[in-house]
Amino acid sequence: MPIQVRDRGHPSNRAGDARVARLLPRVSGRAAALLLMLTLAAPARAGDEAVGLVLPGQMPLGHFDQRGGENLYRAICQGCHMPDARGAQGAGQYPALAANPKLASSAYPALTVLQGRRGMPPFAESLSDEQIAEVVNYVRSHFGNSFADNVTPGDVARLRASPSTPGKSP
Amino acid sequence: MALNGSETAISRRALLQRIGQSAGAAMLYQSMSALGFAGESTYTGPIDLSGAPRGASVLVLGAGMAGLVAAYELQRAGYKVTVLEYNQRAGGRSWTLRGGDEYTELGGFRQRCEFETGLYFNPGPWRIPFHHHAMLDYARRLNVPLEPFPQLNVNAYLHSHAAFGGKPQRFRHMHADFQGHVAELLGKAVHRGQLDAEVSVEDKEKLLLALRSYGILDQDYRYLKSPLTSNRRGFDKDPGGGIDSRPTLSDPLTLSQIVQSGLWRMLGTSFRYEFSPSMLQPVGGMDRIAMALYREVAPLVQFGAKVVRIDQDERGVSVAHVDARRGGAPRTSRADWCVCTIPLSVLGQVELRVGDAMSAAIQAVPYEASVKVGLQFKRRFWETDERIYGGVTFTDLPIQTISYPADRPNTTGKGVLLGAYIFGTRAYEYTAMAPDERVRKAVEYGAQIHAQYPAEFENGISVAWHRVPFTHGCFGKWTDALRDKHYDNLCALDGRIVLAGEHASRLPAWQEGAVLSSLDAVGRLHQRAIATHAGAT
Repeated sequence: MPIQVRDRGHPSNRAGDARVARLLPRVSGRAAALLLMLTLAAPARAGDEAVGLVLPGQMPLGHFDQRGGENLYRAICQGCHMPDARGAQGAGQYPALAANPKLASSAYPALTVLQGRRGMPPFAESLSDEQIAEVVNYVRSHFGNSFADNVTPGDVARLRASPSTPGKSP
Repeated sequence: MALNGSETAISRRALLQRIGQSAGAAMLYQSMSALGFAGESTYTGPIDLSGAPRGASVLVLGAGMAGLVAAYELQRAGYKVTVLEYNQRAGGRSWTLRGGDEYTELGGFRQRCEFETGLYFNPGPWRIPFHHHAMLDYARRLNVPLEPFPQLNVNAYLHSHAAFGGKPQRFRHMHADFQGHVAELLGKAVHRGQLDAEVSVEDKEKLLLALRSYGILDQDYRYLKSPLTSNRRGFDKDPGGGIDSRPTLSDPLTLSQIVQSGLWRMLGTSFRYEFSPSMLQPVGGMDRIAMALYREVAPLVQFGAKVVRIDQDERGVSVAHVDARRGGAPRTSRADWCVCTIPLSVLGQVELRVGDAMSAAIQAVPYEASVKVGLQFKRRFWETDERIYGGVTFTDLPIQTISYPADRPNTTGKGVLLGAYIFGTRAYEYTAMAPDERVRKAVEYGAQIHAQYPAEFENGISVAWHRVPFTHGCFGKWTDALRDKHYDNLCALDGRIVLAGEHASRLPAWQEGAVLSSLDAVGRLHQRAIATHAGAT
């Protein structure tokens, strides 16, 4: 799945325009012109979600406010990877991030946060490049991990934009 | 519509048949739509699985709604069925927590439900739309009593911490006044001829009348305080009996108050097709339907079986499973066929012999986060103090939803309400909290809507779906792009294995999706079993 470029506000508008375009052939010329006029002239051009319109099972995600690696870890990651980063075991498992050799390459956790991995949801739309860099650096330097190289927001931005971003499967 | 009752239903069918024969499928579909047939659940009644090959066997993985339906129908059809379930109970996400229940979430956080006898909380599904025909049919066939679930309650609240000084607003006020003001604006514009380009002369007069009716406008197209408008939005003091019985009319909110509040975002939710009246719930807890199915197949179900590998060859399917609590060496169960209802969040981690297309589909679907909190209070103050009997309050606070119990209305004693139902980023944040902290926060935020909370609160329990050991998430979070690429591959029969569950439906998170998916899966499996058997003999 391609990573969605973060350009808040605009993608949903484009989707709205596309929906209008799809509607056009089915309505009369005058009504279509009016519809187009209303859509284009409307001063408030928020996405569907911003006006409370959602389809079943497609709840709006929103954006996380937390800053700083530890705050982000405590607010999001520990839900599954647990406060001690040792993961959890149920019918399936959440991998431990503590002492995890897969974190040696900073691109791996950064991509995982951006795109998700299997059941793990993607966070590309709900975390900024800065936030992703912060939380990746935090995890790679805590919980028994001591990787010295830091990932920068610029690195995350490049991963976000990369057309060769690998798919979701590990 | 006048078409009602069995006699007319027959003539309607005959009519449709004739239309279908003479005019083809497209016309038939149009006519069906006009007669109110199409556009509903695809469920058409009990599935017909006649002609099952003698001695054919099926392994069903998972005893949630999808697995239970598969097991129930397949064993009735004559298949030899075994069900493997990870939990020590049936039902899966169709789950009800009652007083005395214990629940340990991932990470080892343990909670005990302290609710009084008879009170309960549904952490998962909690309401059934009128158009979920399969769920309703199973409830009817298995004699599970249902009761109304009043999703839309005009006396419940819409609330924003940033509007009306944080004071919750009655739904009926927002609804009536928004409709009234919009009708007033439109009525004035039409009356002044400002929409003459859009509205024909023939329509104009009737539209003006309709707008007066729709918005409760006076003869000058104004939405004002009046006996008629109070009769929609409610009175400040209701009409009474005897002396001093005269009602006090209520003042509408202004258009500016309404649009600035942002509460209009919440007005439409309960009119979405999936939530619109009537909704229903089983008496006593949502798990009652799953339990009724379970009773029909109980001897076939093996609890505490954690599936670790699913293998297949030309002759059958082998499933390796370990004891979910004690671990140890895997045991293998074998059958001719397999219906696998394990959530993709878990199945993606199980060694599974299927083709690349199904495998990629299983790996592709992330799982949605969601959190619910159930709270017990000493008394049903929302009823006695605020006259809210069931239904839903929406808020922009992190708790997002408060829902009042639909059962036992107007009774004395304690009550349990849904104190939080959370999606989006907040769901992740609440998942990351310890269970008691979620409960504490639900009480703290809820007190901004109901000041009685702190004095009346007794105990609570919370379920964060990514911490639920048997699902690792709430439901499959499909996008249009993911569906285009993977959905058909996920649903397709792969050799002797077929998947079922809400994740293999277009009704995400709904039990109806799980049931329809399961019926579709066993139907196709049955056809292949017959064909394979015929080919082999």
